[in-house]
Amino acid sequence: MADSHTTATGRHPAAGAGTAPGPDAAPDAAEAVTWHRRPGAGRQRRTRTVRVRVSAVLVAAVVLAVLVVPLLFPLDSQSVDLAQKLHAPSLAHPFGTDEVGRDLLLRCVYGLRVSLLVGVVAALVAVGVGTAVGTLAGALGGWADRAVMRLVDLFSSVPHLLLGIFIVAMFRPGVWPVILSVALTHWLSTARIVRAEVLSLRARPHIDAAVSGGASRWRVAVRHLLPGVLPQAGLAAVLMVPHAIWHESALSFLGLGLPAHEASLGIMVNAARGSLLAGAWWPTLFPGLFLIVPTLALAGLAGAWRERINPRRRSELML
Amino acid sequence: MITRTSPTWAAMARMTGRRALLAVPVLLAVTFGVFAVAAASPFDPVRAYAGDAGLTASQANLDQLRHNLGVDQPLIGRWWHWLTAALTGDLGDSATLRAPVTQVIGERLGWSVLLCALAFVLAVVVGTALGVAAARRRGGLLDRAVTSLAYTLEAAPPFWLGLLAVWLFALKLGVLPAGGLTDTGTDLATPGQIVRHVTLPALVLAVSQLPWFVLYVRQGVGDALEEDPVRGARARGLRERTVLLHHALRSGLLPVLTLIGSRVPELITGALLVETVFSWPGIAAATVEAATAVDFPLLAALTVLATAAVLVGNLLSDLLYGLADPRVGFDG
Repeated sequence: MADSHTTATGRHPAAGAGTAPGPDAAPDAAEAVTWHRRPGAGRQRRTRTVRVRVSAVLVAAVVLAVLVVPLLFPLDSQSVDLAQKLHAPSLAHPFGTDEVGRDLLLRCVYGLRVSLLVGVVAALVAVGVGTAVGTLAGALGGWADRAVMRLVDLFSSVPHLLLGIFIVAMFRPGVWPVILSVALTHWLSTARIVRAEVLSLRARPHIDAAVSGGASRWRVAVRHLLPGVLPQAGLAAVLMVPHAIWHESALSFLGLGLPAHEASLGIMVNAARGSLLAGAWWPTLFPGLFLIVPTLALAGLAGAWRERINPRRRSELML
Repeated sequence: MITRTSPTWAAMARMTGRRALLAVPVLLAVTFGVFAVAAASPFDPVRAYAGDAGLTASQANLDQLRHNLGVDQPLIGRWWHWLTAALTGDLGDSATLRAPVTQVIGERLGWSVLLCALAFVLAVVVGTALGVAAARRRGGLLDRAVTSLAYTLEAAPPFWLGLLAVWLFALKLGVLPAGGLTDTGTDLATPGQIVRHVTLPALVLAVSQLPWFVLYVRQGVGDALEEDPVRGARARGLRERTVLLHHALRSGLLPVLTLIGSRVPELITGALLVETVFSWPGIAAATVEAATAVDFPLLAALTVLATAAVLVGNLLSDLLYGLADPRVGFDG
């Protein structure tokens, strides 16, 4: 597991921002081709820096917007005004108005707030479960490890959204069923990553030292293994937020997610279907864009973080 | 390692048999899990079965119904009852669609397979073309455009893409129907009608599957372009086209093609959303209807069916991998 070490010292010059050429295999194989600088590598690194900065600004803007806007424009200002219904985007209403005359920009910010809140909580629960399961499996080893991995295989053989739909259908739509549904379907990847990390940590001298010093299994797991996997778990949590938001919005769109008064972005897209058939595109377009932008921004930031803690991992795929 | 003396197809058949045996405990566990979740939830099969009549029925009638449905049995008993009935081909009745579950699946499965197959082929072909084009000059203008588009599409929810497509193609341009299988007013599904109606959902489903292929082909071919065989081919003075299509694409595409089978879960996820948007009469739209109406027999059967599809996809993936790379073999 050479590529999952958390130290940045293994980074060789050509790795740069993780764009070094060559296969993912042996490090010295990559070393051998460092003389061969790929054309466009410098520009690519600059593009990458710009992407990280843009992502950071966007994430900050999103967080600021969902925190500040509700203070400046309370929900009361979204009064129903049928005379204003389905106005196309204009200076007064940059995103237009919805089918009962409410300003769509304001509604999108409120919707984003609901989606983000549910997404972050659900991602934290999912990653928490995954970290606990992965640490236990890696630390205990033996039959416990095998049982956990079979469980992971079992869960991954049911499509995520279908399992999620099944859970919310049985527990009826609501905030907690949605969070439960995300957590139960999304802990697998974290558990796999954390388990692999624990297995590589277990081979390190400081764990041997702790064991020969008489530390109990529990103490080794909690005091020595868990801190070592926290960077990976944190990264998994950031990467998980867009997935959780996506999952929630899909469930909400299908009418199986949040209750209709918790107007998340998915619920807004669903509610806009009537307006869309009447020819009004804006109540559909803007909530969707509000889903895409934070997803891309978070993925951009998480990609940069991943390159810091897994510098040898060459894959540029952020997903 | 497999022994090279045995014919490949025999090894493949053995692997298929082994996987079929391994699938039995997985499917058993999934069916049991489905019943366990239902038992842990506030869902009440008796009220779901009785519908509005259940609100006014006497307690004695409800208890009688509870007994008839077998709901008064413990969880294991109900699961075993369902399982033994399922093995004889009786999956129960769907309350929402007013038909036996097996009949619902039989009528709808074909439409879903048609939609998914079209979308998948389209995604593989277009994704490979775009991925190779992007990999030719990594960091170039085309590469950056294709990569950005792929990430944006990956982040875009398929239902949103579907609705925007309906607005553009059905409402604004009026070139394709907005949904369903046939035009309103007719029930006759002629080939021409089906082609017109399947185009838009298949395109949207393909677009939602596209980013994965583009990004992986780009990665695979791009990496292959920097390896020794390609450098050797270039040194021999082969044409760039030959190098790209015969050396880089071949080695870069194999790992991607062999992963295709493992895309079944994502395909099902996409189908759930796209079929609902376009009112496509497939199995995925039925799943959503079943979930909305808490139609447990239908939902349970479809969950198990989807799991079986995922397992078959994984098997196909491993068989292809063994065929593509003889070092891997068919031992898994």
